Amino acid sequence: MSTESIAWPSASAESRSFVDTLHEWVTTVDHKRLGILYIIYALVFLLIGGIEAAIIRIQLIRPHNNFVSPQVFNRLFTMHGTTMIFFVVMPVLFGFANYLIPLMIGARDMAFPRLNAFSFWMTAFGGLLLYFSLVGANGLYGAGNAPDVGWFAYAPLTSRTFSVGHSTDFWTLALLVSGFGSIGTAINIVATILCMRCQGMTLAKMPLFAWLNLVMAGLVILAVSPLTAAQIMLLVDRYLGGHFFDTQAGGSAVFWMHFFWIFGHPEVYVLVLPAFAFASEIIPVFSRKPIFGYPVMVGATVAIGFISMSVWAHHMFTVGMGANVNTFFVISTMAIAVPTGIKIFNWLATIWGGKIEFKTPMLFCIAFLFQFLIAGLTGVMMSAAPFDWQLGSSYFVVAHFHYVIVGGILFTLFGAFYYWFPKMSGRMYSETLGKLHFWLFLIGFHLTFDFMHIPGLLGMPRRIYTYEPGRGWDTWNFIVTIGVFFQAAAIVVFLGNLIWSYFRGKAAGNDPWDAWTLEWSTNSPPPAYNFYTIPSVQSRRPLWDLKHPDDPDWKYE
Amino acid sequence: MRSRGSNNWRFVSRQIFVWLCCAAAAFADQAPAWSPTNIFAPASTPAKSIFGLSLFVLAVTGVVFLVVFTLLLYSVVKFRKRRNDDGREPPQVYGSNQVELAWTIIPILIVVALFMATARVIASVQKDPRLDNAIEVVAIGHQFWWEYRYPGLGVVTANELHVPVSDDNQPSPTFIKLLSADTDHSFWVPRLAGKTDLIPNHPNSMWIDPHEAGVYLGQCAQYCGTQHAKMLLRVYVQQRGDFDRWIQEQRQPATVSSAASQGQRIFETTACINCHTVEGTVASGRFGPDLTHLMSRDTIAAGAATNTPENLRQWILNPDAIKPGSLMPAMQLSDQDLNALTAYLETLR
Ligand code: HEC
Ligand SMILES: [Cu+2]
Repeated sequence: MSTESIAWPSASAESRSFVDTLHEWVTTVDHKRLGILYIIYALVFLLIGGIEAAIIRIQLIRPHNNFVSPQVFNRLFTMHGTTMIFFVVMPVLFGFANYLIPLMIGARDMAFPRLNAFSFWMTAFGGLLLYFSLVGANGLYGAGNAPDVGWFAYAPLTSRTFSVGHSTDFWTLALLVSGFGSIGTAINIVATILCMRCQGMTLAKMPLFAWLNLVMAGLVILAVSPLTAAQIMLLVDRYLGGHFFDTQAGGSAVFWMHFFWIFGHPEVYVLVLPAFAFASEIIPVFSRKPIFGYPVMVGATVAIGFISMSVWAHHMFTVGMGANVNTFFVISTMAIAVPTGIKIFNWLATIWGGKIEFKTPMLFCIAFLFQFLIAGLTGVMMSAAPFDWQLGSSYFVVAHFHYVIVGGILFTLFGAFYYWFPKMSGRMYSETLGKLHFWLFLIGFHLTFDFMHIPGLLGMPRRIYTYEPGRGWDTWNFIVTIGVFFQAAAIVVFLGNLIWSYFRGKAAGNDPWDAWTLEWSTNSPPPAYNFYTIPSVQSRRPLWDLKHPDDPDWKYE
Repeated sequence: MRSRGSNNWRFVSRQIFVWLCCAAAAFADQAPAWSPTNIFAPASTPAKSIFGLSLFVLAVTGVVFLVVFTLLLYSVVKFRKRRNDDGREPPQVYGSNQVELAWTIIPILIVVALFMATARVIASVQKDPRLDNAIEVVAIGHQFWWEYRYPGLGVVTANELHVPVSDDNQPSPTFIKLLSADTDHSFWVPRLAGKTDLIPNHPNSMWIDPHEAGVYLGQCAQYCGTQHAKMLLRVYVQQRGDFDRWIQEQRQPATVSSAASQGQRIFETTACINCHTVEGTVASGRFGPDLTHLMSRDTIAAGAATNTPENLRQWILNPDAIKPGSLMPAMQLSDQDLNALTAYLETLR
């Protein structure tokens, strides 16, 4: 790599009218702007989904509470789940992938910039469609507004018999539309990584971030397609007299479950692989060591990708699949623990012998390591099918997957926000507020999700708007709800920090973390064309080579 | 051939097993006090097999947790950047194949062990230990209540399932065929067995053999619509004699007393009879629970309220007050009719 690849300082922005700026953002095909649009869009939905969760928890703070009606409660958990998965976590991860992948592989943009814009707007309209149900779905008198069939919308609850009005249609159409957006972005990511790498960057020299996102995008293509197909079948059932899932006319409810979970399980890995990607960038930089066992990490990622396509029916251990089928899904599910475990060990080995700097991004990633360990182990517990006959559909499951999604994914995501904020905005965030955010969120997270396991073990099923006293669940539910307030406070600090730092933060410089991947070689924020000259690399850590010409990486790789 | 070493190992592992079992038994004795729906207080063979497996799985995952947690904590503390740091980069280590191999093989061995234990329990619970003197029950899930039919005994009832105690002297397990009249439900009484779903067009089955008399609680565990939360389960496990007596009583048609004939007339001339059955009268609806022996039940509306005259009256006046969203409509009856109707229902013993 040569110093020429450092970008030119961006031309000073002339003052533009608001309408011009808006027009620029709406019509943009720049991967960085689209990335930021994705991220802001997801943050808005994070607030909405979070408020829904808070209302759910207030309702459950004590038995026989009357804060919301059962009808409203059922809509809330349906909207909360659907929003968080499809309109928060997926878009925000796509946002980071969009922003960072071209920069990390030394490209000027994604492979298909217009497809990129198209995909973003599809996702965005999908989310709006879901929430438009609040005004648009009261088709028949007495029919509900927001969807209330649960985020996995089991048949036959979604049939016209049990779901009158249009709430289910809005749910279906929202996922259909945003599903096309997701597939578009996934194709784009695959094409970008395979075709747009700069000179010298062989597949084996890509940052792990790119590898993990490559596998993620492959999974999106494989997993979202069956979901989209199932949505179309559901629409055929509801409006064209089809009987795919219509149990009253010989259709099969189990059929829907298979379709949903063959999407649903890989989806977990779609969400968690980018989280691994963040951790795999942040942990080495703040330990001051390269990632331990790069080839093994890549192998484990690809293995997770393949195995995750064969485990879906572990969500269905209680539907009566028979002993042999259950046994198969036990072994495939347990098998996925091996590559996942390998990853944890490799991160551990990366820290080992390093010099850890506890900056906010690293704090979030360290918490992630501990929490993901627990999430993985509770997952192993439930992979033992008979144990799942007790734990499945209980609050234990709810605690488990929130441990994955919040304790694993959201924590690394916060880490990613702080880590790349200087690059995206050109400003440094406030470290004090960042640490405050971390500790508040850590306390809130553990109050809520540690204690949530217990009512599950004591027989409390999920999705109930209220519960009976005298079952030993009261205290735990109370503590769980208290944790929510800490989390809410933490989110306020987080958003405050982002906004304050954007306007008032110190200038960050190109490379505030003394990091090693290509995005840190260009300006903060990067110019529209990313690099003045396309860089060329010789190792996985091009900036290390540049900073240590006496001891470059390419000698060892 | 058996070496000394393996004998020792057997001894140790047996010790550990015995110790675990004792601890588990002691815990299981205390556990119901925590919660009547505690999964760690099994009272029937399927729940016990699951409990045994869960201890093993918890022990293995617990050890893994302790080891990895300690390593993580140690390395985070040990390798923090010190105050007096010299500012030089630490040695750059890229990986090690031996170490990678070790932490691939050890997890594989652990997974194999967990898998074997799991496969055994799956087979033991899912294979059918059908006996001659078993009781057969058909449980039908409805939005938001349970229908129970005893085909061999000619009994139909709702919401409160009665089964006999099954012990070593007189094993009499109960086989439950699970059907659904509308959406998905799930039968979950944690102390008796794991849950099994009731899916329309997809008959399932499960079995229990409770060892002790008593009332076992649970509730529907698969989201089934508005009132999923108040679709509660009550299983009455009775000594054989009590159970037989209960069956005898349930087989009788409804008692008709002239004192309540006005209430009966109201019942039979309103829509009640389209949805409810009272055996021996014209009421033969099947949309709602069978009311022939309503007063033999402790609760109404799938456990949502105790079966007292006030609750019964309140229920008929306005079901939504007890269970908002339930599928029984408020019938807009006058106070007088309501009293007569309640009086009639109270004769259905
Ligand atoms: C449209 C059908 C329908 C009509 C008409 C109807 N019910 Fe019901 N009834 C139900 C359903 C469904 C339930 C179960 C509700 C639940 O638990 O969610 C029920 C439950 C009950 C119960 C409680 C039974 C139990 O063991 O839990 C009683 C008592 C009862 N109804 C009495 C009546 C009377 C008296 C009338 C006439 C005034 C009546 N019902 C009219 C459908 C109906
Ligand atoms: Cu139910």
